[in-house]
Amino acid sequence: MKPVPFDYYRPDTLEETLPLLAEFGEDALILSGGLSLGAMLNMRVARPQIVIDINRIGGLAGIEREDKWIKIGAMVRQEKLARSVDCWEVVPLLVKGLKNVGHYQTRSRGTVGGSIAHADPSAEMPLCLLTIGGEVELSSVHGVRQVPAKEFFLGALETSCREDEMVTAIYCSLQAVGTGTAFEEICERKGDFAIVSAAAWARREGEKLNIGLGLGGVEDKPVAIEVKNLRSSCEFLPSEIDDFVHSLNPLQDRRASEQYRRQLAIYLSQKVIKSAVGRCHSEAY
Amino acid sequence: MVDGKQKWVGQEVPRFEDPALLTGNARFIDDLSPVPGIRHVSFLRSPYSHANIKSISVEGAIALPGVYNVVTGAEIAAITDPLVSAIRAPIKYYPIAVDRVRYVGEPVALVVAQDRYVAEDAAELIEVEYEPLQAVVDPVKALEEEAPILHREVESNLIHQRQFHYGQPDIAFADAAHIVKLDWRYPKQLATPMETFGAVAYFERHPDRYTVWSNFQGPYILQPIMARALRTPGNLLRLVSAPFSGGSFGVKQAIFPYMVLLAAASRIVQCPLKWTEDRLEHLMASSSSADRADSIEASFDEDGVLTGLRYNNCVNVGAYVRAPEPASVYRMHAASNGCYSVRNISVENKLVTTNKVPIGLNRGYGGPQFYFGLERVMEIAARRLGVDPAEMRRRNFIPAGSFPYKAPAGAIYDSGNYGEALDLLLRLSGYKNLKLRREDLRKKGRLYGIGLGVGVEPSGSNMAYVTLAQTPNERKRAGGRSGGTAVSNVVIDPTGTVTVNLDSTPAGQGHNTVAAQVVADILGLEPTEIRVNSGLDTELGNWSLASGNYSNRFASIVVSSITCSAERIADKLRKLAANMLEVAVEDIELDGGMARVVGIPDTGVPIGRVAATAHWDPASLPDDLEPGLNDIAYISPDVLGTPDSLDRVASAVTFGYLFDLAAIEIDPETGRIQVDCYASVHDVGRVLNPTIVEGQIRGGFAHGFGAAMFEELSYDSEGNFLSGTFADYLCPTAVDLPSIKFEHFRTDTPKNTLGSKGMGDGSSMLTPVVMANAVADALGCDDIELPLTMEKVWRLVNEGDLK
Repeated sequence: MKPVPFDYYRPDTLEETLPLLAEFGEDALILSGGLSLGAMLNMRVARPQIVIDINRIGGLAGIEREDKWIKIGAMVRQEKLARSVDCWEVVPLLVKGLKNVGHYQTRSRGTVGGSIAHADPSAEMPLCLLTIGGEVELSSVHGVRQVPAKEFFLGALETSCREDEMVTAIYCSLQAVGTGTAFEEICERKGDFAIVSAAAWARREGEKLNIGLGLGGVEDKPVAIEVKNLRSSCEFLPSEIDDFVHSLNPLQDRRASEQYRRQLAIYLSQKVIKSAVGRCHSEAY
Repeated sequence: MVDGKQKWVGQEVPRFEDPALLTGNARFIDDLSPVPGIRHVSFLRSPYSHANIKSISVEGAIALPGVYNVVTGAEIAAITDPLVSAIRAPIKYYPIAVDRVRYVGEPVALVVAQDRYVAEDAAELIEVEYEPLQAVVDPVKALEEEAPILHREVESNLIHQRQFHYGQPDIAFADAAHIVKLDWRYPKQLATPMETFGAVAYFERHPDRYTVWSNFQGPYILQPIMARALRTPGNLLRLVSAPFSGGSFGVKQAIFPYMVLLAAASRIVQCPLKWTEDRLEHLMASSSSADRADSIEASFDEDGVLTGLRYNNCVNVGAYVRAPEPASVYRMHAASNGCYSVRNISVENKLVTTNKVPIGLNRGYGGPQFYFGLERVMEIAARRLGVDPAEMRRRNFIPAGSFPYKAPAGAIYDSGNYGEALDLLLRLSGYKNLKLRREDLRKKGRLYGIGLGVGVEPSGSNMAYVTLAQTPNERKRAGGRSGGTAVSNVVIDPTGTVTVNLDSTPAGQGHNTVAAQVVADILGLEPTEIRVNSGLDTELGNWSLASGNYSNRFASIVVSSITCSAERIADKLRKLAANMLEVAVEDIELDGGMARVVGIPDTGVPIGRVAATAHWDPASLPDDLEPGLNDIAYISPDVLGTPDSLDRVASAVTFGYLFDLAAIEIDPETGRIQVDCYASVHDVGRVLNPTIVEGQIRGGFAHGFGAAMFEELSYDSEGNFLSGTFADYLCPTAVDLPSIKFEHFRTDTPKNTLGSKGMGDGSSMLTPVVMANAVADALGCDDIELPLTMEKVWRLVNEGDLK
């Protein structure tokens, strides 16, 4: 369990970092919290020429709340986000999902950007970002762009981040007043990557109800659906959502069969939607 | 000895080991650099489960800067002999593959480099040409005619088969009112100590000799086997244990083939070698418990009295038989009746080789598997006969008052009162209320179940029990085997301070603390004044074949040798003091650091001063006393005799027992098991240190719960290994463990000086079957396989509805 030889860079600024990415491309890997990368290096699954440690870059660890957006820097530690009052107020679903990420010891090290960039199909952060329609900020020597989450996550450990780019932040719109959210996941042990996870929000507009549902761990990337103008009593899965869940092609692996994943997807979808609807007017913001 | 006379034994003395552990001052094998010039080893391991090695090309690896050498199996085989076991089948087991690989992870080449990084780089540059062979991983399939054969010399994968009969099992079954049969499987598992294997091996010339520093845990009966493999006299193979070992649970027995391999390689490359196993290596290629495909039959009379048992055990030993195997299937053999008074028992043992990592000691060692069969069948019988499962056990218990009890297969149960201990468990768990709750919830359609398990815990092994693998005639020819010797050494040095040397190579259990408590009582000192050394050095220290850290040996046997040695030192101190104070020896007592005249508290001499005369002033000693204060006590409990001609053997010294109960609810939507209550009652005899005993009970439960719920070393049908990381091999963490209620029930053992029984395996032996029984009760089904993963349970719940 020793990595292949690589050169180690620890730049202090983004300006020093991006040219390295431009030069080394796919032979460069970025080290943030190191929770996934450390193991991948030691198992020689990752075999980079250089590792760029971005832990000393100052500008990446902030949380900025604007009128319509909140920007969360890539180097924000998960535990910091989980304890951020601002985030709890304006992106509560993200925080609820985060509480299921590993254990507080690992969250103290793990970063928001690392989890997003790694794009594990069962990870909570990508699922929540997708469900609330957030965006990912990507930076390179050529500039900065924002990619909607649904265009960012392409497959297992696969994203639309180009070789010379890195994730520098995520953006989420502030949750509208009267929205309820819920997050649930099923795993064998607390803190594991979920077999299936589900995130939902629900918002009443007069007599109508809008619902968003995201599912992680079912397919090779998180998937989400948004349904508008439902009738406001919502005991079971609305048929659009039911069709959506049944249209998925669940993974089959050692941890769970396709059949069991589908069962959990249906079960959790019902559960989170029911909770989210029930909380529509009770959440703080 | 009785309670009340002792100041320290039985007290919650804080562990002396902990300050060093908590402050990072404890030195483990990886911290040691015992000689200069050490080079580092990594292994190239087989990616194939079964393949012939056509060629190995090492040039590329050797050419890498920083690499000193690469050693292959052929070079090792040229200077060593195969490792032997009690199985006589002609298997050639070398610690590295010679011309064929038989499991994924088997060492194929050993790289020596300046550091581990370069060694791993170089291992990737070795080119091996393999000719893949068909593999077999299932023990039943391995016995089929068309199965690939692992060892051509044996001509079959069946490498051992023996049948045993005690009493009249055939008559019992012929006359039975009820017969219950269960075929069952048990998964391959690993106790995953926090610290992995590690060793430094050093070959020196003139004379040719080997020294190996390691975290080997014993049994030291493996030292002669290692010496034989290295073709060296026993006194030229020195084994030194590291000062601390980070957990073992039996697993670190299985480092011994690596010790031989590294020692031989050190001879070839002519420098000291260090290897620290990493977690990937440990999961893939260290050791494990055996997966089994067994069946059990139980016969009952019309009153539900158990009249006979038939065991048919099929044990998957993996690719090779590694000593002390086949001990895992013979450890429980002498206690095949469990807690019951049944006298008619037959046992058939089959050992099978397959393309999996070889098995070895693992917490509970054969116990979890044994009790899975026996306690499942008792539970099923209770349900079929309409008897309450607790009552079913009680009806068949060995009656109180019949101890010492000679079990049909030879175990001698030292002490106990099973009925009262069961009462305690039922009170502790609130059994009546749990049953009411179950009734209530079932009416609401909920899935609630209660599971029980009872078992004895053989502790302090007879080194001869493994020879049951041989027929009485074979044993006779081989020469007598018996015993389980412990050796302790108490020394008082010229400054009057006390040192105790143990042979129990602990791996974190706290033997040093308990040994100090025992000696403090005998010498009238404080435990903190006593230095205990539990590192074992076969050249400088005292050891026996049985030395080591296994089978709950410390509290069952080692305490007797500590007591014996300390008592003899105390005797000598009293004689010296009597001489100094000019009183009779009987009038001297050792207390509060003083040798005093009984009844005259103001008189007396500090014990240090008394001791000093033995060193500084030998001329003053009475004629019958030798200079110095150094006693070595070897003891082997009388009960540990030779197996008899009817294959009966007193396999262990103490048979503590534990009774566990789980009440659970299953979520039908997800298959998740929620533990509502887990209760456990232990008879460990005298509790030497309640804090340490509690730690063992909780840890044993954690291992048992992991085995019940999560853990399996999985292979696919081609022998590819699927549990290579801790993301695949799931051990419970603290948050996954339900809280447990436990209490002690106490009947002291007469078999050692303190009345304490061995107790380290604990619930690791019973929790798996207790959880299985609870799930079976909740679902009303018999066929339960571990681990009880959520999907598996969900499928059991919804069996009828699923396609």
